[in-house]
Amino acid sequence: MDNAKKSGAEALIHSLHLEGVELMFGYPGGAALHIYDAIFNQNYVDHILVRHEQGAVHAADGYARSTGKPGVALVTSGPGATNAITGLATAYMDSTPIVVISGQVKSGLIGTDSFQETDMIGVSRPIVKHSFLVQKAEEIPEIIKKAFHIATTGRPGPVVIDIPKDFTDPDYKFDYSYPEEIKMRSYNPPIKGDPKRISEAADLIESAKRPVIYSGGGVIQNDASAELTELAKLLNFPVTNTLMGLGAFPGSDPQFMGMLGMHGTYQANMAMHNADLIIAIGARFDDRITNDPKQFALGAKKIHIDVDAASVSKIIHADVPIVGSAKDCISSLIQELKSRDLTLNTEAISAWNKQVDDWREEHGLNHSLLEQGPKDGKILPQQVVQSLYKETEGQAFITSDVGQHQMFAAQYYHFDKPRQWINSGGLGTMGFGLPSAMGVQLAYPESTVACVTGEGSIQMCIQELSTCLQYGLPIKIINLNNAALGMVKQWQDMQYGGRHSSSTYENSLPDFIALAESYGHVGIKVSKFKDLEAAMKECISLKNKLVFLDVDVDPNEHVYPMLEAGNAMDYMWLAKDKKTW
Amino acid sequence: MKRVIALLMENQPGALSRVVGLFSQRGYNIETLVVAPTTDPTLSRLTMSTEGDEKVVEQITKQLNKLIDVVMISDLSDSQHIEKELMLMKFTEEHFPKETFEESSIVSNSDGVINVQVVGTSLELDELITTLDSSKPIEIVRSGVLGISSNKDILSIEN
Repeated sequence: MDNAKKSGAEALIHSLHLEGVELMFGYPGGAALHIYDAIFNQNYVDHILVRHEQGAVHAADGYARSTGKPGVALVTSGPGATNAITGLATAYMDSTPIVVISGQVKSGLIGTDSFQETDMIGVSRPIVKHSFLVQKAEEIPEIIKKAFHIATTGRPGPVVIDIPKDFTDPDYKFDYSYPEEIKMRSYNPPIKGDPKRISEAADLIESAKRPVIYSGGGVIQNDASAELTELAKLLNFPVTNTLMGLGAFPGSDPQFMGMLGMHGTYQANMAMHNADLIIAIGARFDDRITNDPKQFALGAKKIHIDVDAASVSKIIHADVPIVGSAKDCISSLIQELKSRDLTLNTEAISAWNKQVDDWREEHGLNHSLLEQGPKDGKILPQQVVQSLYKETEGQAFITSDVGQHQMFAAQYYHFDKPRQWINSGGLGTMGFGLPSAMGVQLAYPESTVACVTGEGSIQMCIQELSTCLQYGLPIKIINLNNAALGMVKQWQDMQYGGRHSSSTYENSLPDFIALAESYGHVGIKVSKFKDLEAAMKECISLKNKLVFLDVDVDPNEHVYPMLEAGNAMDYMWLAKDKKTW
Repeated sequence: MKRVIALLMENQPGALSRVVGLFSQRGYNIETLVVAPTTDPTLSRLTMSTEGDEKVVEQITKQLNKLIDVVMISDLSDSQHIEKELMLMKFTEEHFPKETFEESSIVSNSDGVINVQVVGTSLELDELITTLDSSKPIEIVRSGVLGISSNKDILSIEN
């Protein structure tokens, strides 16, 4: 079978199978129909029919983020391809390994403005790690091999394969074989860090008095959480994670300061600002972290470990740049430290940890809001996240959309494991939460998967409720309903004199309970604090049903802390009437 | 600061658009760009001149290196190198400044129109143009900068 003659479409599916692909997400259309017919005739690869191509790519992305294996989406040409673009950009910004296969019009029609023709390679160019336009059917196996290699190695990222319809024609068969390995002369991602740099890093570590470990999504992507934790424990340095890096270090560990940056904790941002050494691992000093780069952590030396050389010293100069995989570089650093007669400034570091605890005590997040009951009769959105955390015992996969609810989930659900927290950090894509949860739920059918969302974001991909019915995906949708685009409204409150331009809906929201029920799901409405915990319990306990838990939360709540733009990291709003300067 | 960057890339459809797209995507300038196949038919060589401080040029080089189609890259400005540009100029016969050009520079002369070719550094070509103000050419075309290092360093996948 493996070496029999195959059509391009059959070769494509069999190649995916040999890459270990068990399921893909997609939506058929003219240019992809030969491929869909080949899918129909085999049993290796399951296909999940979404309701919109954006959903297919987000679902593949959620699958990839939660498993570490590449996600696959299949779309048709033209609108199918352009609908995939937001999903590709999302994956590109967060460096997730996905492969998107797009049908294309027949090769002879390319360039003639034929029906459903779009230059997919051109349209997707700035938001992919690489892309391939298939030139003949025989190329398909090798291109698949290259695509998966590129998507999953080095700094991972999305790869597009655009296949003209004639190259999947069932009537044209060729001798098929799948390459066992692939070498590319122009692509050799670094793995090992330079030993000289590792040694310099160890020197800085030994002399540090106010150190911080700042790790990002790269640690999770590279499965380096165990190494990160070992390093942090060896050194007893405080740890902060970026939004993308949550779960890389246990969220409930006392050494953990919480998330840093725009809506990071007071102690994490203060520690960064006052540090004398920052060890950045798999993080990229983006604008949501540094605030004004010119005023960023001026007293700190920076060690920067990243697999992408272009990320190092891009925004913040690295005193010790280490280019290599997080896993290898942290291991080498641990080895180097252990091989020395390690002399840390133990006394200074104890005092520094005490300082971090004092900051936490002073203005840290309040993780006991749930116990304090309603605020002015209203449910706080943070309380809903705390209730979810309590009911799922911190073990659920949490996906989110984008906005206030995303920040509350990041701040209040303590992620103890990597790949447990799935969100669109870089692009900030509303509509990501539900479809990405489908990918996670399909990868982990027995686990609780909750999508923390808002009434704004959920409506951007709500059509996927139908997909969830078709495939029996028991996702828990936790809708923090504040009847407004909360984060937009917060900025309008803080920076635009409270003028809520186009951030509310004038009573046009649907009845989410009826909506969920119309798709065959369960809907539960919560408007009073006293009902919250019982409703959450019921929601989580309905193992085989998708539950849409629609919670009316305080519409006036803001996310704090919040960095004051254009300043250093210690310029924070801590409440509506409290700031650090 | 002006820099000249040379790179070898896969001779594949779409490779050039990735290089050019990177510049617009990340807000870098391209002053000149020359691309042609090499003696190895699988490779094209691209030479570009760009303007930017050291940090920007470092980023440009790193980002170009990340492109899968880019095989090798060299910032020629890092060491001794030669930069040359070809310029073609068209004059009407009555305004042709005979004294400025050698006979061998003339590449065509018919229908009262004379074309000349000049090779030099960009600066030399700029200067030549400014000296011609009394007898303006009716058309000028410049190739953009080609560069090669003047030492033993070569841009090749062979070594």
